[in-house]
Amino acid sequence: MALIRFAERPNFRNPWAEFERIRQGLDELSHNLVSEGKAHMHATVYPPLNMYETKDALILKAELPGVHPDDLEISLEGDTLTLQGKRLRNLDDKATSYHRREIEAGNFSRALALPTKVDLDNMKATLVDGILTITLQKADEVKPRQIKISTDR
Amino acid sequence: MSEQELQVQEKQMVKQDSETTKPEKYFIPPVDIFEDEDKVTVVAEMPGVKNTGVDVALEDDVLTIRGSQEDETPQEGRLLLQEYESGSYLRRFTVAETIDQDKIRATMTDGLLTVELPKAAPAKPRKIEVKAG
Repeated sequence: MALIRFAERPNFRNPWAEFERIRQGLDELSHNLVSEGKAHMHATVYPPLNMYETKDALILKAELPGVHPDDLEISLEGDTLTLQGKRLRNLDDKATSYHRREIEAGNFSRALALPTKVDLDNMKATLVDGILTITLQKADEVKPRQIKISTDR
Repeated sequence: MSEQELQVQEKQMVKQDSETTKPEKYFIPPVDIFEDEDKVTVVAEMPGVKNTGVDVALEDDVLTIRGSQEDETPQEGRLLLQEYESGSYLRRFTVAETIDQDKIRATMTDGLLTVELPKAAPAKPRKIEVKAG
């Protein structure tokens, strides 16, 4: 009969030891992912967008450095905003040697469903310093309205 | 070159060696560096930075480009979706060629910073004739 020392029978002491270890590992993993500031929503389609909402408007911002307004097309259909365009890089070929090439050139196309109804006729877009700002006025029926409280009966 | 779809590149943060007194976030801007006979050109992507927010310095053969911008959150705005962060940009390079520091030109348009570093004359390759003697 094999004699096993009392202290070396982990199952007896704590059947959940294995689970505890796994849980600790997962906790550490999720801490590492989340503690980088806020939890990032990773964009998978170019360009990454930031969207803000004010009382009357919806503001979208995108970083599009090096994109010419002529190469950019913004269209709005119902609740969907579509951004299409391309970024050209004028690459000199004459006797230049590249040490680094990190800036990409190419097409992009992105469609986004807007969270509220917007006024289709009232849309403003500016492209300044490589940041595209699209301001969309909310449709009248969606704007918050104050209800006055009257004290008469 | 065939047309390709642009991919999203996550912004990398600069790892600081020492702490700063103000908590600042610096991102690494993607750059293109190319060189021709008379100059080295560095193009950096710094969207949102105006030419007043750019700082270019060359010291001890290290070129430092820094761009800062204001916080883009609109007033009374509520954040609904955030897929990119804005902040300041910083990148340093050691420049190998001897550069004529007085002739450095930097221009900022549409979020792209272009720094031209003309090579100083001695760096230009000079062919030396070998005569039979």
